[in-house]
Amino acid sequence: MTTVAEQDVAVRFSAVSKWFGRDEKRHQVLNNASFAVPAGKTTVIAGGSGQGKSVTLKLILGLLKPDAGQVLVFGQDVARLGFNALRELRMQFGVLFQGSALFDSLNVFENIALPLRERTKLQEDEIRAKVEATLDQLELKGHEEKYPAQLSGGMKKRVGLARALQLEPRLVLFDEPTTGLDPVMTREIYELFDATQKRLGYTALIVSHDVPQVFALADQIVLINRGELDSFTDAGEIVHSGKAAIREFARTVMGPGFTGKGA
Amino acid sequence: MIPTVLRPAALLSGFGRLGALTLDALTDLGRMGFFLFWSLVGLFRLPFRFREVLKQLCFIGSGSLGVIFFTSLSTGMVLGLQGYNALNRFGADGMLGTVVALSLIMELGPTLTAIMVAGRAGSAMCAELGIMRISEQIDALDCMAIDPFRYLISPKFLAMILSMPLLTAVFDVVGIFGGYIVGVDMMGANGGAFMAGMAQNVTNADIRMGFIKSLCFGLLVAWICTGRGFFVHLIRGMGFGAESVSRATTQAVVYSSITVLVFDYLLTAVLL
Repeated sequence: MTTVAEQDVAVRFSAVSKWFGRDEKRHQVLNNASFAVPAGKTTVIAGGSGQGKSVTLKLILGLLKPDAGQVLVFGQDVARLGFNALRELRMQFGVLFQGSALFDSLNVFENIALPLRERTKLQEDEIRAKVEATLDQLELKGHEEKYPAQLSGGMKKRVGLARALQLEPRLVLFDEPTTGLDPVMTREIYELFDATQKRLGYTALIVSHDVPQVFALADQIVLINRGELDSFTDAGEIVHSGKAAIREFARTVMGPGFTGKGA
Repeated sequence: MIPTVLRPAALLSGFGRLGALTLDALTDLGRMGFFLFWSLVGLFRLPFRFREVLKQLCFIGSGSLGVIFFTSLSTGMVLGLQGYNALNRFGADGMLGTVVALSLIMELGPTLTAIMVAGRAGSAMCAELGIMRISEQIDALDCMAIDPFRYLISPKFLAMILSMPLLTAVFDVVGIFGGYIVGVDMMGANGGAFMAGMAQNVTNADIRMGFIKSLCFGLLVAWICTGRGFFVHLIRGMGFGAESVSRATTQAVVYSSITVLVFDYLLTAVLL
């Protein structure tokens, strides 16, 4: 387990548990989970389908509340924040959703400009200049008039990323960012994340089952297995974990020959 | 031998299910109550989305004109036909204008307009919000700290509340015209008596009742239709994905129609 000094922590989970369902259908998704996301670094949360990766993100975003424990984001307990305080906190977030969550009725330009129009007092010409700069950086020039239905999967992710970065967030959350993309596009998207993270210096939290490729970006890896979370600073640590379940998980997900080197 | 349904275990399980259903219904009602509150608060939050309100007015208001025209014309024609036949038996066909106008202005106009608008525009609003919910677009708004009530719901509320009385007025006028065509031109009732009866017996209070009803129905239809779409992921037994949206849309139209009819009675009882 890694330990991080409190002032350098962007997100901290302290003994968080979360259940879903009722009566006999009740099941636990997170079991007494604890981990910390260091500020300004990239943390990857990996695990199989249905293990609670997206639930972890939704707890950070305040879209779900934990049944036990605390989720602290920049030192604030998300579940206890009021409406306005949560809005203020969310102003510091950028989120790239699994399906990109672009607004169908808005074109690419309008989708990217939306947070600027709604959350800032910038004039329209300033918004245009800012959005056009982003379109250039993310190689979206020429697509600004297109609607989400006219875009490929990779293009939607780029637009989603552009929108997520508009308000210069301190924390960017990526929910399964490469789902449905081919290997070439997957690599391109990861390179794009890496480049923007290095340029803007935000804290990145990537939830993905796309292992071991995603480990190349990680300063820290958090594995979710059967509701339990374990942190590692290096992919190689995973195969030498003291927990048999983690070693078994690593063998299953990453293949028997995985050593962590070059991941 | 005790019948299976009366055995203690079966009874307890039945009570348990009833309790769970009651809890679900109360939770849903509470959630919808908060939804209504925040939607109304959103009407006063800045910046005001004037363009979106205009777009919704166009969709709900002018987009529903065709449906309202044909529904009201046929309703008025049926009223003219039935009214003439019934009144003629007592030699009171001079009252036809009054009967047609009062029926339309006080009852049929607001009620049928609300039901038709729920079917045409309310269903579309519910489906749109449902799709936005399951494709995480509403979550995206939340995460960008953009109030989804102010941004999405309140413009729909305002447009629906403004459109409903206007559409009801169109319904009333076209309906009366339909009643006149059938009653006077086809059945032979006296045209002067038709118009004079209407002018003498329809009061401002009658028109006010129709107007208040249409405002209330506009609020109810907007509330139920947007609420079902917004909470599509939380309604028990709705299924998932596209199936949940289709079921929520059906539920929105059915609930809106029933609520409009129930409130029609309640409002009539209060306003008469």
